[in-house]
Amino acid sequence: MIEWFAWAQLAVAIPAGLLCIGLGLFGRRPADLTMGATALVEVLLVVQLVVALLAPAFGNTASGSGLEFWVYLVTAAVIPPLAIVWGLVDRTRWSTVVLGVANLAVAVMVYRMYQIWFVQVA
Amino acid sequence: MTTTTPSRSTGIGRVLIAVYALLALAATGRSVFQILDDFAEAPVAYALSALAAVVYIVATVALVTPGAAWYRVAWITISFELAGVLVVGLLSIVDPVLFPAKTVWSMFGRGYAFVPLVLPVLGMLWLYRRRPRASAPTAAGTTAA
Repeated sequence: MIEWFAWAQLAVAIPAGLLCIGLGLFGRRPADLTMGATALVEVLLVVQLVVALLAPAFGNTASGSGLEFWVYLVTAAVIPPLAIVWGLVDRTRWSTVVLGVANLAVAVMVYRMYQIWFVQVA
Repeated sequence: MTTTTPSRSTGIGRVLIAVYALLALAATGRSVFQILDDFAEAPVAYALSALAAVVYIVATVALVTPGAAWYRVAWITISFELAGVLVVGLLSIVDPVLFPAKTVWSMFGRGYAFVPLVLPVLGMLWLYRRRPRASAPTAAGTTAA
């Protein structure tokens, strides 16, 4: 895990989550902006997946449990696609709120992953 | 005299279902990790994690699936969750030795921003609002909203 990249993920996922929840409560249906923001969160998670795969080869290893880190990462990477499918199937404003909740959940999980990688001493 | 069970997957109920699905996913993830990592360390807490995960999955399905039977399943699972978070939450404070490892319900779900404590209450309010109503055949057409 690269520290600044984890912060970049949070810097995208948290505003994306708040934006989607706000627009959803405001009555907007899922649109390019909200779906795109969620897709961006997913792209960053895929990049994180690659980074986490390669990092140990460069001596950058998790301070905590690697297994726990991977359970978080894989679970997090599943969430945005499910939310996007939800938004495509159910064209109501509540789907926009769901996109927001999904993005915030990813943010929490990325923060946990950050803790496991950098802070936790197993 | 017939009863109708209103859909539980409309409006804001959809957000409730999404949050339930997320919690089911989170509880399953944690449980899988705990069992793979070191089940012998705290078998009671880890078995409880797995049970909680299963209950969240069933509750999510029960909220999505229409019909009176699933309405009852939703009540049972959501009541079980509320009981679980209250009992385990209390026990984890009174007797920490009993729960050396974390579960979704430890410390009233503090590790999950108290979502496990709030969610069953919201779920019950939602189920109550969408309860099956007895509708007389003559009035069925006019009262259906």
